[in-house]
Amino acid sequence: MKGTNLGEFEELVLLAIASLQEEAYSVAIIDELERVTGRTAKLGVVHSVLNRLEEKGLANSQLGESTNVRGGRRKRFYIISESGKSALLKSKEQRDKFWSQIPDFVFNKA
Amino acid sequence: MDYQGPPKWLDRFLTFYCKKSKLEDLQGDLWEFYDRNLEKKGRRWANVIYFIDVLKFMRIYTVQKPKLIKRMNFIALFNNYVKTSLRSIARNRLFSGINVIGLAFSMSVCLLMIAFISEVLRYDTFHENKERIFRVTSTYGDANNSMELASVPQPLLEELKKYPQIKHIAHFRRNFSPDAFLETGEVFQLKGNYATEGYFDVFSFPTLEGDVKGVLDIPYQLVVTESTAKKMFNDVSAVNQIIKIKDKNYTIKAVVEDPPKHSHIKFDFIASYITHINQVKEKYPDYESTWTNMWMYHTFVLLQEGQTETDFANILTEISDRRNADLSNKVVGLYPQNIVDIVPGKEYSNEPGIVMDLDVLVIVSLLTLVVILTASFNYMNLSIAKSLRRAKEIGIRKVVGATRGQVFFQFIIEAVIISLIALIVAFGVFVVIKPQFLNLNDGIQTITDLEFNFSQALLFICFALIIGIVSGFLPAFLLSKLKAMLVLKDYTKVKLFSIVSFRKVLIVLQFTISLAFIISSTIIYQQYRYAMSYDLGFETENILNINTGSNEKSDQLTQLIEQIPEVKMISKSAMISSVGSIYTLNLKYKDPLDSVHAYHNDVDVNYIENLGHKLIAGSNFPERANTENQLHAIVNEALLKRFKMGTPSEAIGETITVEGSPVQIIGVVEDFMYTKIEGGIKPVIFRNAERYSYLNVKVESTDIMATFDKLEKAWKEVDDIHAFTAEFYDDRIERAYGEYIMMFKIVSFLSVLAVSISILGLLGMAVYTTETRIKEISIRKVLGATEKSLVYLLSRGFLWMIGIAAIIAVPLTYLFFNEVFFSGYENHIEVGPLELLLGVLILFGIGFLVIGWQTLQAARSNPADTLRNE
Repeated sequence: MKGTNLGEFEELVLLAIASLQEEAYSVAIIDELERVTGRTAKLGVVHSVLNRLEEKGLANSQLGESTNVRGGRRKRFYIISESGKSALLKSKEQRDKFWSQIPDFVFNKA
Repeated sequence: MDYQGPPKWLDRFLTFYCKKSKLEDLQGDLWEFYDRNLEKKGRRWANVIYFIDVLKFMRIYTVQKPKLIKRMNFIALFNNYVKTSLRSIARNRLFSGINVIGLAFSMSVCLLMIAFISEVLRYDTFHENKERIFRVTSTYGDANNSMELASVPQPLLEELKKYPQIKHIAHFRRNFSPDAFLETGEVFQLKGNYATEGYFDVFSFPTLEGDVKGVLDIPYQLVVTESTAKKMFNDVSAVNQIIKIKDKNYTIKAVVEDPPKHSHIKFDFIASYITHINQVKEKYPDYESTWTNMWMYHTFVLLQEGQTETDFANILTEISDRRNADLSNKVVGLYPQNIVDIVPGKEYSNEPGIVMDLDVLVIVSLLTLVVILTASFNYMNLSIAKSLRRAKEIGIRKVVGATRGQVFFQFIIEAVIISLIALIVAFGVFVVIKPQFLNLNDGIQTITDLEFNFSQALLFICFALIIGIVSGFLPAFLLSKLKAMLVLKDYTKVKLFSIVSFRKVLIVLQFTISLAFIISSTIIYQQYRYAMSYDLGFETENILNINTGSNEKSDQLTQLIEQIPEVKMISKSAMISSVGSIYTLNLKYKDPLDSVHAYHNDVDVNYIENLGHKLIAGSNFPERANTENQLHAIVNEALLKRFKMGTPSEAIGETITVEGSPVQIIGVVEDFMYTKIEGGIKPVIFRNAERYSYLNVKVESTDIMATFDKLEKAWKEVDDIHAFTAEFYDDRIERAYGEYIMMFKIVSFLSVLAVSISILGLLGMAVYTTETRIKEISIRKVLGATEKSLVYLLSRGFLWMIGIAAIIAVPLTYLFFNEVFFSGYENHIEVGPLELLLGVLILFGIGFLVIGWQTLQAARSNPADTLRNE
């Protein structure tokens, strides 16, 4: 069911939030994604994902301080929530489970 | 360096659509990217990308809901508003009652006017091609003096036929009102016209039976209406039936639907036009119609598609220019008039159908508007007056989060509810006054019956809504402006834009209007009494005028009624003086260039004596001087003065020219009123040609009814088809001044309305003032003020306002009557102090009673009760 499980991109964004810790706002997240995965995300896409994550309660946001850059507009910083954390862990567990079930020779064949 | 951001208009667009909560960080992000792009790719690309991004951000979660959806909770609030409004109405029973009653009474008059006007505006709209149907109107006269006619020259028909721009022509002669005899011997009185073939092409009167095509091209053929057919032949088909009119057989060829209620043209039947032409030619074989034969014929045309009124006007100018060249010293003008502009419209002479003067309609609607405005003022006034009590409510509403618009809306709703309640009451009043209105004057019922219908109901409700919004607007505007902080801190200090003086202005305005109405109705009534008691210069007492129609019967009837002992004297005349009907002739004396339009009447030998005209010189008409009938004239003094003929005795024997033929003056009578008294004394000429329409019978009887019956019996012996129409001269004169009575009725009704509305308003204000000043009154009382001084203190202000209203209203009304209403009246009352001050006294009296009653109550209150709570 949608909403209970994380989508692939959602998971990436959430991971980025978690890894950026205090500095997770949209542009930083895009940069981080690019740095780690090498793929360029569009601002609009990231925005809507962030919005969805917040709606699902996986992340919380608050506006930061006003600065001189960006025409004085404040940034919206995202923090991963408890349920966000457990969702990430759950997803990791599922993957690990699969990994542990895969015999070594499947990958070593080649 | 200045920071130069992305294009401003894109930002504005973003601000427009984006939710406020999301806007800031989103815009910040976009700008950050913009800056990056600016560095990397240059301004141009950055702008393009920014543009695309802004568009791409239009997503469900970013776009703010349209205002309408935001107001969804407004609809929920609506219920709350209705509830609180009803509560507030119920809490202020007196104020609400005053408002409802005041509004209801004036609304009832408005309902009447709305119903009436909407009916009148529907006239002739049923014709299928009404935009292209035009009537031709004409003017006849010279440069200084011309009359406007609804009739047109008879030969216009042939002229118009030459123009292909005209699709169909309906040309007809009005007033063909014969007695129709059936083969069974039954007789019916019918009213109709002679019309040309185009009649049923121009007008939309659907055929029920037979075929109207070609019927009107053949002599002695008829088309009758459904109800006429039914009246004459019951259920038998009327088609091909034969009826006899003046010994000629006419064949009915088709039956059409009755002209609808909203058709200004009404008829029982239409006869073929050629019949009329043939009859004229039979009588006068040399007959050739002239261009000035323009009193009985009417033309309506249906233009070809694409032709406009201007095109048609050009055709008419072309025709009249050509034909006017043949006329000496008179000019005939021809003008188009769209069929829907006839009713309501200007009143022309020789109208073939119903007329409703547009000016009258406008004046009456303006008066009605004035009345409804006074009632609306009342609402505003009282609402503002009691507003301070509600200031706290508004304050709390605002604190809780109501916007100004919401508070505004709440008060509008309250006003609309009051006005809807008033509508219910008003409708009741409307039902009661409707028959009164319809009976105001004989004409009204021919125009409309004000039958209730759905569109009427819809109009009424719309009207009530509008009145509610209009009267609620100002209070709502002022109250919604209140600042919550201020109100809750100390609402006694709230000042609503010098509201006190504004309210006073409203009250003064109301009283001015009421006073103007009262004074007007007094003046009109006085003028009526003046007209009734005016010395006409001849005797009308006990004269019974019998309408004989033509003089064929009058000799026979004279012989019969001479036998009746109560009949003292009988005379005959063509016209009845002093009731408004006139007949003018062109008179000349020695100077051939000096012509006078003199009023004319054909009278018999007994007339001068019977009607008590005073012969001051010369003699009466000679008895039985048949051959010289036309050669003798009796004139009045005014005519002598006009022609400067010297003394009456000098004028005897002088010859004047009447319409070209010489006539000798044989007698002079004292001046008298030929027209109604407004017209004044004018030159009059009596002649003795035997063209009589009336028998003037002087009766002397103690039992008028019995005498009347005897006369009627005699009439029956002479003519048993037509009804006996007789009326006492005095009654006829009274009827002639019926317009005064009608005006008096309307204006006095309106003044009763306006006065009661303003008195209600005054009462409301008095109650309010005494209530808010009750503590002051009590303290004054404790300090030793007497009841008398308190009543004086409280009522002083109100009486001042009535006083100011009087100062404004009295001179204005006086000027209106003297300069406008009575201008052109030769005889009218002098508007004196009695007429002017009576109204003021009445209003002062009522006002004083109302205020006195209220203030006395307050002044008598026990200070202990009112001050206890402090």
